[in-house]
Parts: sequence; C-alpha cells; structure tokens
Amino acid sequence: MQNSETAAVDHGLDRAALAKMLRQILPAEAVLFEEEDLRPYECDGLTAYRKLPLVAVLPDTLEQVRAVMRLCYEKNVPVVARGAGTGLSGGALPLENGVLLSLAKFNRILEVDAVARTARVQPGVRNLAISESVSHLDLYYAPDPSSQIACSIGGNVAENAGGLHCLKYGLTVHNIIELKMVTVEGELIVIGGRGLDSPGYDLLALMTGSEGMLGVIVEVTVKLLPKPECARLTLAAFDDVEKAGAAVGRIIADGIIPAGLEMMDNAAIRATDDFVQAGYPTDAVAILLCELDGTEQEVGDQLQQVRALLDDCGATEVRVARDEDERARFWAGRKAAFPAAGRLSPDYYCMDGTIPRRELPNVLAGMGAMSKEYGLPIMNVFHAGDGNLHPLILYDANVPGEIERVEELGSKILQLCIDAGGTITGEHGVGIEKINQMCVQFKSPELLQFHAVKHAFDEHELLNPGKAVPTLNRCAEFGAMHVHEGKLPFPDIERF
Amino acid sequence: MTDNADISADLKTRVESAIADRTPLAIVAGGTKQFMGRMIQAEDFDVSEHRGVISYEASELVLTARAGTPLSSVEATLAEKGQMLPFEPPYFGHGATLGGTVACGLSGPRRPYAGAVRDFVLGVTLINGKAEVLRFGGEVMKNVAGYDVSRLVTGALGTLGLMLDVSLKVLPVPAEDLTLTFDMDFAEAIQQMNRWAARPIPISGACHDGEQLRLRLSGTAGGVNTAAERLGGERQNGEDFWRDLRELQLRFFDGDDPLWRLSVPPTTPPLALPGRTLVDWGGALRWLKSDADGDSIRSVVSTAGGHATLFKGGDRTGQVFHPLPAKLLDIHRRLKRAFDPDRIFNPGKMYEGV
Repeated sequence: MQNSETAAVDHGLDRAALAKMLRQILPAEAVLFEEEDLRPYECDGLTAYRKLPLVAVLPDTLEQVRAVMRLCYEKNVPVVARGAGTGLSGGALPLENGVLLSLAKFNRILEVDAVARTARVQPGVRNLAISESVSHLDLYYAPDPSSQIACSIGGNVAENAGGLHCLKYGLTVHNIIELKMVTVEGELIVIGGRGLDSPGYDLLALMTGSEGMLGVIVEVTVKLLPKPECARLTLAAFDDVEKAGAAVGRIIADGIIPAGLEMMDNAAIRATDDFVQAGYPTDAVAILLCELDGTEQEVGDQLQQVRALLDDCGATEVRVARDEDERARFWAGRKAAFPAAGRLSPDYYCMDGTIPRRELPNVLAGMGAMSKEYGLPIMNVFHAGDGNLHPLILYDANVPGEIERVEELGSKILQLCIDAGGTITGEHGVGIEKINQMCVQFKSPELLQFHAVKHAFDEHELLNPGKAVPTLNRCAEFGAMHVHEGKLPFPDIERF
Repeated sequence: MTDNADISADLKTRVESAIADRTPLAIVAGGTKQFMGRMIQAEDFDVSEHRGVISYEASELVLTARAGTPLSSVEATLAEKGQMLPFEPPYFGHGATLGGTVACGLSGPRRPYAGAVRDFVLGVTLINGKAEVLRFGGEVMKNVAGYDVSRLVTGALGTLGLMLDVSLKVLPVPAEDLTLTFDMDFAEAIQQMNRWAARPIPISGACHDGEQLRLRLSGTAGGVNTAAERLGGERQNGEDFWRDLRELQLRFFDGDDPLWRLSVPPTTPPLALPGRTLVDWGGALRWLKSDADGDSIRSVVSTAGGHATLFKGGDRTGQVFHPLPAKLLDIHRRLKRAFDPDRIFNPGKMYEGV
C-alpha cells in the first residue's frame, strides 16, 4: 500500500536530541524513544500502514501537553495525536520525523451534571465508560461506534464517530457541546460552551471530524440523553436485496425513524451466525434489523406499523425479539460482523462509503461484479438507515500481490460510491488510507480551501501533516485530477 | 419572478466584478433578517432570484434547494410528504428564504429536543471570496470527507461566502402535538423543565412566558397522551402560542427596549438583570427586553457560563455579538481570510475584522 508523505518539514533534530529536550519538560518515563517502546505506536486500527515515530510522549497534565506543543512549534517538529489507536483510516499513523502524542493517560471523567445532562471528560476516556458511569442516573451517551469498548472520546471527536443509532440520535457532532483544545502554538482555548450554542463561527463542528489537523483535544463535554423507556428489535428476512432496500425506504417514508436500522447480506448472515449463533435465518439473501425505542406506547404504536410494512414489502419472515435475551442475541450477530470476517479469512479490509439509499441495489450489484472480477469475496454490513456501507473484502496478506489488488478493488468501490452521489467515508475518516480518493471526491479549489482552513489554525503544517487532505501534487500523481473541458485546473504544477 | 431559476453564473460574475473593484457586498434575499448582526457599509447583493427545490426524496430524508427559495415553499414541499424542517425555523417576515435561515443559524422552540439548523445541514455549494464555486458535504447523512465546511458556514451570517444551495436532513412530522400548561414561577419552571428533559418524555418545546410554564409534547398519539396523563397540567391548543413564540410575536416582545438573546446552560437560575425575561429552550434560552447597558448584561451572562447577543434594536455599530477571547477572535479573522481574502462578503457583520 502506498506510504504517507513524510512531512516536508526538516527540523534537523535526531531521535536522541529530541528525546533529551522532551525529557526536560516531561517525566523520564513519559518519553519513549527505544525501538521496542515505540513499536506499540507504529500503527492504529489500520495495520497495513506502519511507521515508528521519532519519539512518543505520554503526558498526563494539561501543562505538559502545552509544553510539548510549545517545544514542537518552536523546533518545527510535526505532532500526531493519538487516542486509543482504534481508528480504521490510519489517522494516527506516526511520522518518522515527528512526535507521537498519546493522550492515553487523560482517562478521567471530570464531572457529571445530572441536572444539565452533561459529562465533562478527558479525551482518553473510553466511549462506553461514559454511558456506564451515568447508567445509574438513567442517562447515556448516544453515539455507539462498534469499537465503543475500546475507542476513546477524543478520537471519536477527531473522527466524528457514528454508530448503530445515529439515524435517530446523530453523530458525535450532534452530541458534544464543549471542547478544550491546545493549539499548535501551545495555547489552551475553549470551543463551544455549556449552553446550546456559542458566539461566532461553529468551530465545534469544524473541529469534529478534523482528524487531528487543527488542534489537540484535551477535554470534551458531552450531552447525555435519558435512556429510552423501552426498545424492541424486529428482524426481517428477504429473498432479494432490492426488496430489503425498498422496505427501508418505506419505513422511513411512512414517518418512522427507527433507533437502529441495519442490513446484512447473506455472506455476513452466515459468517456471524456461525460465529455467535445469533439465530439468523441463514438462507435469507438479506436481513434487516429494525430497532424502535421510546415510551411503551410509542414503540407499541410503531411496531404494528413496521410489521405491516415489512409484510407488504415481501419479507419472507418477520420476527420481533421476544425478550431482552433475544434482542441482545440479534444485535450480537451484527456487532460481531468484523470479527466474524476475521474468522473466515486471514485478513479483511473494511470500507466505509456512504450512498443515497435508493442507489443500494446498483451499488451492491456493481460490487458483486467487481468481487468476481478480482476473485476476492466481499461480505456486506450496512447502516441501512443512513446509507453507510461497510463492505468487508476478504483476503490473505501472505499471498504476494493480493494486498495491492485489494487496494485497487477498494478504490473502485469508493469510486462507485462517489458516482452514486455518495462519499468515500461516512464515519471512519480519510486519514492516510483514503487520501487519494479525496482527489476524486473534491476538485482542486475545494482541496485548496481545505488547506486554507488548516492554515488558519496551523500555518506551518505541524499537526498530523500529510493526512486527511491531499496536496494537489499528490492528486496529480494519483492521476485522478478532475479534468474540466479538457483542461487541467493547474497546468503549471509539476506532475511526475 | 419564476419559482425555479439557476442564476449561479450571474451571481459568480457579480462576485468577480466586486473582487475586481473591491466592492464589499451585503447579501440579501427576502430582507427579513437584516436587523440581525452589525450594521455594515456595503452594496446590496440581491440573490433572491436564485431559487427552487433541486431535489427532494422523502424516503431519503434529504432536500436540496437553492438559497433564495422561500422558506414557505420549502416547508410546503415537505408538508406534502408529511415531513418538516425539524429545527422549526422562524420566518421574521413574509419573504424569508432558506439561505437566510441557514446563514443566520436560526432555530425555533423545538431546538433543544430535535437539534439546531446546523445539526441538519448536510452539504452546501458556496461561492467563496475568490469567486470559486465549491461544494462541501453532500446529500448523505454521514460524511466525514474533508473539514465540515457546511456547518462552519451555517450561522456565519454570510461572512465566509455566498451560499448557492443547501442540502438538509428532514424528518417526519409527528403524528400528534399536545400542549400542557402549568402554573408555577420562573425559578421553579426552570428546574422542572430540566427534570423533565432527563426523563424519556417526548418533549418538543418548554417555555415560561413570565406567567405559566408551557410544555409541548410531540410523537405518536399513544405516546403523547400517555405522557400527558402522567404529567398532569392543563391541556391547551398551543399552535398559535408556539408560532408566536417562534416569530417573537408574543406580547412579551412588544415595546421599544432592545431585545437581548441570552444563551445559557439550561439549569441557570433566573438572572439578576433589569428588564423582562422569557425562558425558552427548556431553560437554555432567555429573551430579555432591557435598556440596561450591554457590558453589564454581558458580564452577568458570562458569569453564568453563557453568551449574550443584542438581537434586535439598540446600537448596532458596536459589539452586537458576545466578544470573543483574543485567540478565538484571531482564528475567526484567519478563517475569514481563508475564505474571503478581499473581504467582499458581509465584512464586519459578525465582528470587526470578520
């Protein structure tokens, strides 16, 4: 797979010199520079990309983070911030000439305000730990990415993480109200506030999903929601993907916003059922999982409506989970999709394209044809409610040349999503993984506008450089520059 | 004037010539929200003819329309399919447009429970200050490719560029709305609204108008009625009330004193400020009719952890929005420069230098 661009900055410091400077502002044990100590930081959840940072630091106070940033700013050293390292797009891939700034020690829940329904937490707090810590108040934090046991809230903000329930409850951007951030110069600023809005531009939204390119998040205040009184899960089986897709559209057009609405194809059904015995109908071409939540009456009203719609859309079987056990089992299958793929195949590659839902049959058919062409099986799990696809390409990295073919197939799948009016990433981020596809999704002036936004925060490109937004040179190299009426928009830049 | 016209090429040409002769432009369409923000010296740039719904598919929950589309026709289009703009936008007059609503970042009483306009913006097409036509975001619910410019320009009062069209997530209209009133004072009402919000009750509005607490419930018939039985209070036809609250046309808003909009943590007790106060957004929004001086109002609100906007009336040449800390103001000015280096669009509308 292609390598990230090493950041262009040349600070002239070697490992020993930089470590020495950092040890003057941090406790000795918080500065790692031996190869064996750096190894755990060489990659995030996207393990195909690996690099050792020059030095890794693990500060545990705000003052230490500021001191690290001040030093790096002064010495022109690039910095990559890292949370739990579960990201799937290589956003936390270190730079060979840079500092890897781990926020793992910032793992405290600082304040829970049960009346205002907010929690103020440090960035290293795990997503699920927030909900667990307020469960006794009958509150919870809504975004629930599949990695919620391990992923941290700082990373969730950096990626604008979603989850299984975001059709109804939104993404990270909809569920946070205030951030504390250390700027590239080492200044501490507060973005957002404790009310429902703040003066000036919506920097809270801009920071969310900015992949560590604009600042280092050191504190997050999240919104907490009351736990729904009840939740019921319906499983529907279909003998045709198109019918399943149509059922999703019908449910929504009929005025129902399910808390979760997931689809799995036959390959995913069989793989997960085999793994966790979810009790899925393994002969179905596709299944839908539709969760309704709210008060007893609301859910009761809507459940009847959904059953009738599913029957009408040609479901071959409709089952409402009888009790909490069965509901948990139905969900367990869906949540086990990635590990189940891992059991079927030595390696798998997870995509994250998002499409308008009506394009689902075309996109699935297109993927099916590509899968045959490349001889690489694909299994599909799909956040059907919001159009977010997670095709899993199954492969074996030990077969020479296979990883390159997987990447080529992945790139074609993303092209398919863009052509369908969608996007290359719904919730996993661009990172280093999809940086070339950004050249396809955006025109040069748009990419330049992104760079201008970055420069408003980070003029010298020291924060996570080389990620998220490609340079125009890189796009020219990738050969995907948008050609408008036969003319390249920037005929004078170098291409090689 | 037609209901459907794409005049983006003309608009781009106008921006090019404004850049060439350094003429600052004041973006205007329906002219219903010109009272907002700071007073600026600029040439009126009427964009209202760029209008029309470009695409709408109810089962996708997404609508895309040109910025000059009348808000009323957007809402009528959605209503035909039983859907709505969930943030309940105010009009402030007959000619309100979608673009003005998004640029001003205006949301109504449903905001704390459904979300603000920024929560529903999925994508925008923008002419920036270099006269480039740029598209950000898209028509899908989840999209993390590139920085979230769509939400950045929402509420930016046109200072970062001219919005050509906007894609929004929409939602079904709830089957049933019901309004309950409760006799209680201000302080008690604020506590009560917060207690209710922490419970799974289908709330869609909570206000204290100085006399009574009004609570709106929205959802399925069964859900709303059961909740109402549990909560007690007196049932009322609230439609007019919530509309007049949204449009700032309740009697509370009469009179010549300046109108301040105070955005505070929802649990903030009544603030010691001279003038009359109305509480909306379950405690998080306080409307204040007061002729007290701006600095003293801002100081009290800052201490409470909120911010104050001189919403309507008063001196509109000085600070209208809450002053920003130096570093934040610097970031605002740099962002302005990143989008609009020649300061063509609404310069100074939000802050001096922004």
